[in-house]
Amino acid sequence: MNHRLAIIGSGPAGLTAALYAARAALEPIIFEGSQAGGQLTLTAEVENFPGFPDGILGPDLMDLLHRQAEKFGAQLCPVDVTSVDFSSRPFLILTGEDQHQADAVIVATGSSARWLGVPGEDRLRGHGVSACATCDAFFFKEHEVVVVGGGDSAMEDALFLTKFASKVTIIHRRDEFRASKIMVQRVLDHPKIEIRWNTLVEEILGDKTVEAVRLRHVQTADIEDFATQGVFVAIGYEPNTELFRGQIDLDEMGYLETRGNTSTSVPGVFGAGDVVDHVYRQAVTAAGMGCRAAIDAGHWLEETK
Amino acid sequence: MAANLVTATDDTFADLIAGEKPVLVDFWAEWCGPCRLVSPILEEIAADHPDKITVAKLNVDQNPQTAIQFDVMSIPTLIVFRNGSPTSTRIVGARPKHALLAELSQYLR
Repeated sequence: MNHRLAIIGSGPAGLTAALYAARAALEPIIFEGSQAGGQLTLTAEVENFPGFPDGILGPDLMDLLHRQAEKFGAQLCPVDVTSVDFSSRPFLILTGEDQHQADAVIVATGSSARWLGVPGEDRLRGHGVSACATCDAFFFKEHEVVVVGGGDSAMEDALFLTKFASKVTIIHRRDEFRASKIMVQRVLDHPKIEIRWNTLVEEILGDKTVEAVRLRHVQTADIEDFATQGVFVAIGYEPNTELFRGQIDLDEMGYLETRGNTSTSVPGVFGAGDVVDHVYRQAVTAAGMGCRAAIDAGHWLEETK
Repeated sequence: MAANLVTATDDTFADLIAGEKPVLVDFWAEWCGPCRLVSPILEEIAADHPDKITVAKLNVDQNPQTAIQFDVMSIPTLIVFRNGSPTSTRIVGARPKHALLAELSQYLR
């Protein structure tokens, strides 16, 4: 099937691009992917999206954006893209079952939570290892848990977990947090939260469920098995660019490189949202970039007609 | 609502899973974003396979005993039960429909 514009990704960037492109009569097709709605679907309350003074639940916000894009004729497909070919014209996009062609593409695949990659992590996922504190904190009532990380999401997770857990220990590899001052202060002041500085998690231990983490002190190299029942991983994000590696310029951290506007190294391919942006990473900045990418793609299609 | 889409509780659970027909139990809760992604997919799977599988939704908030009994510590967790016991099919975290269908294929044939 041939399309004028394909959009890969369905977070705020992809859906805003879809909305604008649909209203510009570009008849976009959107490949929503396995996590339709993106990272916001994992967020409980969104308090900083303009226009929602009382806050809105992340999944609800994404439902609204989805409906708004659909209303103007965007074609939303709940499938994963399995590969792309940006060297052919029109561009080729393969999903499990189908092959699509598109004159222009907007990449809005976002970023994903990073895992530690240590022994035990995979095996014990769902058995005490989690990357979603809002989903799973409930299962740790009166339990002791650890949070690994030092950014805002680690602080948020730790504070959220205090509502359920009896004790929360933050394990951080440096001697200071990079999280915002207000979040750090809340964490430092909290009676249920303890912090292990300069400490790495080397292994997650447990037979059927998590029983301990093996910790190594960065300076002294001391090893300790620290008893815990839950491990919440909040060590940041990595861009979802695996599909495009070798076909388009990425920066040294793997993010999609854009130049000037939202153009990438491949004419006709545009980028928007967290897959490009590791600085702001907000729903509203991603939405703004999605809008820009749709307008840029529209201009490009007009010029190359 | 399809007849093979039911709500499970701590009280009804043992009876619900006792039969030979596989029962896919969706451990979920209101506050869980990924659970909301999985719910409509499971409803479709139930509607598409009325004779093959029963889909049972179990709210872990209201029915903690069953969640504890089966070591559910992360949601969504999907477990297929048959003849009163869990099978080896246990899926943690949200998946797209084609992936869920692939993991459940042995029960849907």
